[in-house]
Amino acid sequence: MSLQWFLLLAAALFSIGLYGVLSQQSIVMIMMGLELMLGGVIVAAGAFWHFLAPTAAAGQVIVVVVVVAMAMEMAMGFAVTTAIFRAREVDMTDQARELKG
Amino acid sequence: MDVVVFWVLALLAVASGILVFRLSSMARVTYALLGSFLFIGGELILLGLNYLGVVVILMMVMEMVIMAVFMIAYMMNPAGLMPMSMVHNRRGALAISGVVFAALAAGIAAVPLPAPAATRPPDPTLQLGESLMGGQMLTMMTLGFALLATMVAATVLSTGRGRYDRFGDDLERRIPNDPVPGGVGRR
Amino acid sequence: MNSSRNLSGRQVVNPAPLWSVLLAPAALAGLAVAAVTGDALLAGRAAGRRFAVGMAVTPLAEAARLLVAPPRTTVAPDRLLLRLGVAGVAVAAVLAVAVVPLGDRVVVDLDVGVVWFNAMEVVTWAAVWLVGWGPNALFPLVGGYRFVAQGLAYQLPFMLALITAATGAQSLRVADIVAAQRQLWFVVWMPVAFLVYLAGVLAFSFLGPFDYPAGRDIAGGVLAETGGVDRLMLLAGRWLLLTAGAAMAVPLFLGGGLGPLLPAWVWSLVKTVAVLAVLVYLRRRLPTIRADRYVELAWVVLIPVAVAQALVPALVVLGRG
Repeated sequence: MSLQWFLLLAAALFSIGLYGVLSQQSIVMIMMGLELMLGGVIVAAGAFWHFLAPTAAAGQVIVVVVVVAMAMEMAMGFAVTTAIFRAREVDMTDQARELKG
Repeated sequence: MDVVVFWVLALLAVASGILVFRLSSMARVTYALLGSFLFIGGELILLGLNYLGVVVILMMVMEMVIMAVFMIAYMMNPAGLMPMSMVHNRRGALAISGVVFAALAAGIAAVPLPAPAATRPPDPTLQLGESLMGGQMLTMMTLGFALLATMVAATVLSTGRGRYDRFGDDLERRIPNDPVPGGVGRR
Repeated sequence: MNSSRNLSGRQVVNPAPLWSVLLAPAALAGLAVAAVTGDALLAGRAAGRRFAVGMAVTPLAEAARLLVAPPRTTVAPDRLLLRLGVAGVAVAAVLAVAVVPLGDRVVVDLDVGVVWFNAMEVVTWAAVWLVGWGPNALFPLVGGYRFVAQGLAYQLPFMLALITAATGAQSLRVADIVAAQRQLWFVVWMPVAFLVYLAGVLAFSFLGPFDYPAGRDIAGGVLAETGGVDRLMLLAGRWLLLTAGAAMAVPLFLGGGLGPLLPAWVWSLVKTVAVLAVLVYLRRRLPTIRADRYVELAWVVLIPVAVAQALVPALVVLGRG
């Protein structure tokens, strides 16, 4: 067990999630990718806490913040999907281009 | 022992993460992601973060079950019985994520990381709690308000019925006219 | 109890020897069988029959029949997910009971035992939905969605009840919660949390007033398209969950193994059986609650009341200093 291996796991999860975010068309599937990327962040933060700074709580606080961010991302994502689906029966990013900012 | 557990959990987490974008049944996709997070929670417990690990498991089970409902609601082919492609720019995405992974891995290998810390807190859960209720109180309050704002915003965005639908054009109804009667006070 | 001490200086229970890994599920199963038998006797009495041995063994005979009965098949089922769900209910119950002490022994003395127990109860969500999804049939799917739709309404008051007990003991370790009840059982000054907890236990095992996901109006809901061993596992799983919930109520609210004269494990068993009997009786007496009614009741009444209840130990602990 070493920090490097944990970080490598985090990088792998992050990259898999990134692939999903970039390649998927359905909004819900994109959110799956985002969740996986944030999962990588959780692993990295936990590993940094364990190996480098266990006496400071900051690493744990980051995990809490990421978990909350995941919950908010999911709630808002589904709310937006529901709103545009209700308006136009659209659930694919390619058909919702005007949301591009 | 710890090393073996780490590798088993890590490989399972990555494998189910890959399955998320390989399977075609939306129910299986969601539960693959759930599996990935269960193994991530296991890794956190392995790191001595018992509380956060169990909380990640607890939260992800709830989140993924709710996710499954939406997945199936918004997908054209939720059970994956008729194979279809729902991806764009697959090669580009593969290349970008591959490069990102290679860069991250190179960074991990190249950067000289400090030596592991020698002292550990006696109770990580207590450490987290005291931090969130003490030094990091502002973080906790921000998270609280952000969650409240999310709840309000998500409800506003997703509801199809406003107050004029519920209480009438002049808001004259005392008891709202809802399609579902509910259990407290309305019929 | 021995004298090993944790950080807060209280006495804790011992981790049990390795064979307890087998004993805990066996005890859980035994108690669940007792509960099912009691339920069958109550059913017989409600039907106006006299007590007889035949009545008591009806569930066991049914279990034997299901063991040899062929499984039910539907068109294009998702067998993998169905099996995962069917096994998940029972596995969640067994894993949940790993942190529940029997007297002064516990399989895993986890420092976040309460959260672990809660997480395992939540696994039921995922499992029941899978059982609904797996057969690729209408009624199970409706049942599965019914469970998920009410999931948060079950979960949030239940979680607040657990938090109440943990706040009173200032610890998430189940052993510390027992130790904190030396002077006074938590049920005395946290009665609301206790009732909410019992309701949550019934809800998570979708029994009695909360059997809406397996309701008669949808031909058994999540149970409708299961047969043979699958059905046996599912039915056993829900009774195991009920038993696990009853067993956890004892250390949380009823002083665990604390009691005069008898050894601690006997007290744990006696109290568990008592809670289980109450739950089985309630299951027989109360009618099914419709989802829309319960969800609103949970959000508008139960959660605020449970928050107020959680405030009581918080203030008491703060006052103690």
